[in-house]
Amino acid sequence: MTKFIMAITGLILIGFLLAHMFGNLKLLLPDNGVEFNEYSHWLRELGYPALPHSLFLWIFRITLLAAVVLHLWSAFKLKARNDASRGAGKRYVDKKSMESSYAARTMIWGGIIIVLFVIMHLLQFTAQVLKFGYADGVKTLAPYDRVIAGFGEWWVVLIYAIAMIAVCMHISHGFYSAFATLGANTSLSARKTLKGLSLLVAVLLFLGFMIPPVLILIGVIG
Amino acid sequence: MRVTLRIWRQANAQTPGKMVTYPLEGVSEDMSFLEMLDMLNEILTERGEEPVAFDHDCREGICGMCGVVINGIAHGGQHTTTCQLHMRSFADGATIDIEPWKAGAFPVIKDLVVDRTALDRIIQAGGFISANTGSAPDAHATPAPKREADIAFDNATCIGCGACVAACPNGSAMLFTSAKITHLAMLPQGQPERYSRVKSMVAQHDDEGFGACTNIGECAQVCPKGIPMASISQLNRDLWKSMFRGEGKAQ
Amino acid sequence: MTETIAPEQTAGGYWTVGEDIADTKANRDLPIDKIWQDRKFSAKLVNPANRRKLTVIIVGTGLAGGAAAATLGEAGYNVLNFCYQDSPRRAHSIAAQGGINAAKNYRNDGDSTYRLFYDTVKGGDYRARETNVYRLAEVSANIIDQCVAQGVPFAREYGGLLDTRSFGGVQVQRTFYARGQTGQQLLIGAYQALERQVAAGTVKMHSRHEMIEMIVVDGRARGIVTRDMVTGRIESHLADAVVLATGGYGNVFFLSTNAMGCNVTAAWRAHRKGAYFGNPCYTQIHPTCIPVHGDTQSKLTLMSESLRNDGRIWVPKRAEDCAKDPRQIPEEDRDYYLERIYPSFGNLVPRDIASRQAKYMCDEGRGVGPAITERDHAGNERQMRRGVYLDFAEAIGRLGKKAVEAKYGNLFDMYQQITGENPYEVPMRIYPAVHYTMGGLWVDYDLMSSITGLYVCGEANFSDHGANRLGASALMQGLADGYFVLPNTINDYLANGPFEKIDASHPAVVEAMESATGRIRKLLSINGTRTVDSIHKELGQIMWEYCGMERWEDGLKTAIDRIRALRQEFWTNVKVTGINEDFNQALERAGRLADFLELGELMCVDALHRRESCGGHFRGESQTEEGEALRHDDEFLYAAAWEWAGEGKTPVLHREPLNYKAIELKQRSYK
Repeated sequence: MTKFIMAITGLILIGFLLAHMFGNLKLLLPDNGVEFNEYSHWLRELGYPALPHSLFLWIFRITLLAAVVLHLWSAFKLKARNDASRGAGKRYVDKKSMESSYAARTMIWGGIIIVLFVIMHLLQFTAQVLKFGYADGVKTLAPYDRVIAGFGEWWVVLIYAIAMIAVCMHISHGFYSAFATLGANTSLSARKTLKGLSLLVAVLLFLGFMIPPVLILIGVIG
Repeated sequence: MRVTLRIWRQANAQTPGKMVTYPLEGVSEDMSFLEMLDMLNEILTERGEEPVAFDHDCREGICGMCGVVINGIAHGGQHTTTCQLHMRSFADGATIDIEPWKAGAFPVIKDLVVDRTALDRIIQAGGFISANTGSAPDAHATPAPKREADIAFDNATCIGCGACVAACPNGSAMLFTSAKITHLAMLPQGQPERYSRVKSMVAQHDDEGFGACTNIGECAQVCPKGIPMASISQLNRDLWKSMFRGEGKAQ
Repeated sequence: MTETIAPEQTAGGYWTVGEDIADTKANRDLPIDKIWQDRKFSAKLVNPANRRKLTVIIVGTGLAGGAAAATLGEAGYNVLNFCYQDSPRRAHSIAAQGGINAAKNYRNDGDSTYRLFYDTVKGGDYRARETNVYRLAEVSANIIDQCVAQGVPFAREYGGLLDTRSFGGVQVQRTFYARGQTGQQLLIGAYQALERQVAAGTVKMHSRHEMIEMIVVDGRARGIVTRDMVTGRIESHLADAVVLATGGYGNVFFLSTNAMGCNVTAAWRAHRKGAYFGNPCYTQIHPTCIPVHGDTQSKLTLMSESLRNDGRIWVPKRAEDCAKDPRQIPEEDRDYYLERIYPSFGNLVPRDIASRQAKYMCDEGRGVGPAITERDHAGNERQMRRGVYLDFAEAIGRLGKKAVEAKYGNLFDMYQQITGENPYEVPMRIYPAVHYTMGGLWVDYDLMSSITGLYVCGEANFSDHGANRLGASALMQGLADGYFVLPNTINDYLANGPFEKIDASHPAVVEAMESATGRIRKLLSINGTRTVDSIHKELGQIMWEYCGMERWEDGLKTAIDRIRALRQEFWTNVKVTGINEDFNQALERAGRLADFLELGELMCVDALHRRESCGGHFRGESQTEEGEALRHDDEFLYAAAWEWAGEGKTPVLHREPLNYKAIELKQRSYK
C-alpha cells in the first residue's frame, strides 16, 4: 500500500514538473516576458468566471501539497522499515553492486535535497522572501522580472543546477520504479522501454529547466 | 593457487561476530568454492580448531542450501550458486571476503549459517494450490498455453536460497515471493486462489520483517536462477488488482 | 557356477541363514491387475474424527516423505515431519533432472500399465517383487494428474498439452519432464502441499533435526530420537506409527551424486532395532556424470541421462589418440561402442550396461580426459584416464544449436561451469558415478518393514526396482509411495490405534535416549588424529574398488577385512572437534560415518553371497562369454533381507523368494 502511494504521488509530481517545465519555456519567447506574465496570471484565473478567483490554483496547490506530503510520508515509512530489515550493524565489509544505479540506492538522499530545494524555490519565487538579485529596496517584482533577477546571479544558477541534477537522478529511477510498482514492468521489453522513458523524462526535465536560467545568466534573455 | 580468506566467524546469534583471516595454500583451480572451504576445515580440524560452519547440501546448484556473500556479492557474482562457483574464477593470491547472508529476517545461527525459515512461512501463507491428493482431474483436462507455462516454469526454478534478500539494500524478499506468485498466477490451476494468495503472501512477507521493494534490481542480478524483475511487477499488478476484489487477508 | 549351492554352504563365517520370509499383504490368488484394488478395499479405514488422535512420525521431506506428510495431513492425521536440512524444500529429490515415467499413453505409441510394469521388472533384471511393481505402474498416471493440479510446470507443446520424451531402457515416450529440473519441480509441488498442511496445523515441521535412534516398544515402532542440529538437544518424539523416507545410502562411497548430507543413519538405526535390510548391494552406477577432477573432490555431478537421447558416446579406437583434441580425431578413428555392441538400443541401453562398458573402455586404456592417480586391486598406483566422450556435434548439425540449447541448455551450462569447457564445441566427458541405491529396508506390500508399525517409503525401501532402476522411475516411485500407496495402507495399521500411551519415562524411550547420547559422548571423547572426511574417503575408495561396478569374491573379502579395520580405526582415532550443545557439523558427519562403516560391510557381505550378476550387481565370476551379466535364477531368484544379529555377530540372511506369475522370466538382452 505504501509503495502504491509512493508510486502514484511520484507520478503526479513528475506530471507537475513536466507542466512546470513547459510553462518555463515561455521565458524563451522574445517578448520581454509578456506571455510568461500572462501565463502566470492565467494560472491564477483558470476556470474564472465559472470558478471564483484563484480557486483552481488553490485546488492545484492543495493536490500538489497532498502529493508531496504523502510522498514524503511513504518515503520515511519505507526507509524506517528497510533500515530495520537490513539487520543491525554494518552489513558487509565491502558491499558491491551488480546492477543498481547510484540513483536507485540513494533515492532517500536525493529526495531530501529536493525538499530543501523546493523550500528555497518557494521562498524565492512564490513568497519572495529570498530576494535573489533584486535591486535594493525592491519588495516585489512581476513574475518574469523575478526570474531574470534571480538567474542573473551565477551562484543561484549553480544551486539550481545542482538541485536539478538531484531531481533528475531521482526521476531517472523514480519514473521507472513507479511503473514497476504499478505492475507495468512485466517483461524484458517492458523493462527496456520503461528504463528508456525514465531516462528520457529525466534528461528532458533537466534540459527544459536549465536552458532558461543559463540563457539568462549569459545575457541572451532579459 | 594461494588465497587469503577473510571469513565471518560468529559463535551464535547472541555473540557478536568478526572477520578472521586464514591464508590457504595449494588450492586447485578445479576445486569448487565449497571444496576450498572443505580443505580449510580439514586443516583447522587437524590443528584442533573449530571448523567454519557453512550450509551446503546438493552441491549441484539446485537445493538452495548453500550461499555466502563473497567479496560483497551474494554467491560471488557468477550467476550461479556458491557451490557451483569454482576457484578458477579467482586470481592466484586473491583475498576473498566470505560473509553470511545478512538481513534482519535471517538471524545468524553460526559463522556463515543463517536461519531462513521465514521463507518457508511465506510459502505457508499461500504459496500453493489447494489440491488434495486424489482430487485431480486428468492432466490433459486443462491445456495450458505454452507461453504462460514457460513463464510459470521460469519462475518455478527459484531455489529459495535467499541471495535476493542478502543482496537487496532493503533486505526485501520480494523477488522470492514474486517468483512463487508468478509461477502460480501463470497456470490455469492457480487462478482460483490467485488474488487471495498474493494478499496473504505479501502480508506474511511484511510480517516477517523483510523490507519493501524499491525496484533497485540487485536481487535479480545475483539470482542464480535468473528470476527477473518482471516477476515483482507481476506481483504488484496482482496485488493492485486484489485490492479491488475484497477477498483474502487484507494487507 | 552351474550347480545349485545353498547359501549356507558358501557363508564361510560371513553370514548365517535364517528362515525364508514372504509378503502376506498382497493377495496372490488374484490376477495382478486386481491386487491393489483388493488391498485398498481390504485395508481397514480410520474414521475421520479419529484421525487427529493418531500421530504419525515421518522422517524425510523428499518426494516420498513430503508427499506422504502432505497427504496424511490432508486426511487429518497428526503428522510430525523431520528433515536435517533447514527447509523441507531442500531434500535431494530436488536434484533429479530427467523426468518421471507414467503409463498415460498420451503418445499413442503402445504404452500401457502392463508395458510400464514389464519394462520396470525387466529393467530391474527380474529381482523385484512383481506385485509392487504392477501397483507402481498402476498409480503412475495419477501422479501426473496430481502434480499438474498442484501447479507443477511440466514441459508442454504448443497446443498446451504435456510433452513427453523417451528415456534409457524403453522404446516408448512415457517420460514427463520439466526441462532438466523435473525433480525440483515435483519436489516443490510436494513441498507446497506440505507447507499448506503446516499452515493448516496438521503437520508439525521439525527442520534441522536429524533422527539418530529408533524407539521400539513391545515390537512396535513408537518413535524416534532426534538431535536438534542447532542446539544439540537430544529429544524423543513418540507416535502411533513411524515412516522413514530418508533416501538412499550412496554416500557410503564418499563420492556419489547424492547430496553431502544424504546418509543411512535413520535406516541403519531401524535396522539395528529389527528392520531387515533388503538387497543392500544393489547400487546403481549412473553412466553420465562429470569425471573426477582430483582428490579434493567432494561430490560428483550427474547430468541427466536424457542427454543420451541426442548425444553419441565414443572413445578413440586407438589408445594413442586419447590425449588428442577430440575434434581432431576423424570419424573412422572413433569407436561409438554402445552403438556397435547394442545396435537396437544404441546409446539408450540401461544404466548398468552403459556404465560398465565405459569402465571397460577406460580399463582398456581408451579413456579420455586428464589421467588420475588410482590404485589397482593389488594396491599399486597407476595413472588412468577415466572418461568417455558424449558428443553433440551430430545433434547440433541435425537439429541446430538453438534446438539443442532449448532441450539441454541448463545441463550444458552446468557442465561448462564445472569443467570450464564449452560442450557446444568440445564433446563432453562423462564417467559413471554412484547414483542410486535400489537396496533399502525390506518392506511388505503395505510398505511396512519387519518392525510392526515402521513404514519405509521411496529410495529408503528396497521394493520396486529390483537389481537396477530404469531412468525416470525414482521420481515415480517416491511419489507413488508418498501420495498413493502409504496413505492407503498405513490406515490398516492405524485402525488398531491409538496405541497405549507412553511418555519419555518409558524404559524403551530411556534406553534409546541413552544409547544416542552415549554414542555422541563417545565420538566426542576419542579425540584422535584423523578427520571424519579422511576416514570416509578411505571407506569410499574401498567400496568403489571392490563393491563398485564389478565385484569379485576375493575382492569383497578383502573389502570386508579392510572395512573392519577401518571401523576400528574410526572408533579409536577419529577427531571430532567442538561440543554437542552447538551447531556442530563435524559431529553430524561423524555420526553418519559410523553407520556407513557398518553398512559398508553388510553391502559387501550381500554382494559376496549373491554369486550371480544381475542389474547393477555384476559379479566377475558370473558373466556370459560375451561379457554380459549372467543371472542364476535357480539359486538367486529371491530378495535378500538381512537381519541385524547384534554387535560383532554375523548378519542373518532371510530369503524372500520371488514369484513371477504375470511375467515370464527371461535373460535380459538389449542387443
